[in-house]
Amino acid sequence: MHEMSIMESVFDNAYEACKSSGYTTITRIELTFGEMTEISEDSLRFAFDALKEGGPAANAELAINVLAPRSQCLECGAEYDHDRFSVKCPECGSVITKLLQGREMQIDAVEVE
Amino acid sequence: MAHLDLEKPLLERNDRLAAENKKLTDDAGVFMVDLMASPGAGKTSTILATIEALRESYRIAVIEGDIASDVDSQTIKSKGITAVQINTGGACHLESDMIARALGVLDVEALDLIIIENVGNLVCPTDFYLGEDAKVMILSVPEGDDKPLKYPGIFQISDAIILNKVDTTPVFDFDREAFLSSVQGLNPTAPVFEIAATTGQGVESWIDWLTARVDKKKKPLR
Repeated sequence: MHEMSIMESVFDNAYEACKSSGYTTITRIELTFGEMTEISEDSLRFAFDALKEGGPAANAELAINVLAPRSQCLECGAEYDHDRFSVKCPECGSVITKLLQGREMQIDAVEVE
Repeated sequence: MAHLDLEKPLLERNDRLAAENKKLTDDAGVFMVDLMASPGAGKTSTILATIEALRESYRIAVIEGDIASDVDSQTIKSKGITAVQINTGGACHLESDMIARALGVLDVEALDLIIIENVGNLVCPTDFYLGEDAKVMILSVPEGDDKPLKYPGIFQISDAIILNKVDTTPVFDFDREAFLSSVQGLNPTAPVFEIAATTGQGVESWIDWLTARVDKKKKPLR
């Protein structure tokens, strides 16, 4: 359940951005997570609903963009998408690879008014 | 109404403090390893076996992470090794600010190896960089050979994997080949050390792996 502490960071960032731009209400929060993280979308939405109450984002909606993993083979150079279980290069079979995308945890944007 | 683009990593603060922890240990030439496992897999007994093997040649300290109690740090201290207890007060993993505070009370310059015992959990510690040089996970035989399939993340993020309690294999339905094959698929470059921490079986291969890294980071004596 580390989604709760991740969501606290979401709200810290969202409140700060809202306040420093001179707005009072947050209507939408957009996040991106990579599939290789240990984040559960259900737990994230639960944490969002629990933490938004009584604050400037009380009626905000949450949009979550999930990024599929992508790696580069460090032997043959191929770039490829894969699922979270298999990172091996599909071109040459090498196991020496570098994850390019899939471990993101980011707040992309907020809509405020 | 306005749309504000932020594009900010959510763990920015954690990662910044982790980088400071890394720099502190780099400057001191001390190797820091983050040991992760589920409760009861044998983190503390693996640490005790590691201490026994290395205490004559290396200066070691342990950072103990638990939700509550100081049971583990008392065990380590009873062996004459410096131990700092972190109680997370409910949190399911350690974060880099907790490690920064623990490093603050240790004489880092006078150490060669810091072992972090993370909170017993196969999920949450995976996502938090603490500034360590290596993440190592322990799975124990009684937990079952299917755990890499159920908790792929921790097997993927680990630099080495310890399979503990191999002396209990005859009493548990543990398919070693299936386990090794799943690990190989998830993390082809991580070595797997098969040990029984309480009897010392197989511990040398883990110790060799660890000491090679501690030696590499150690500052030459002037």
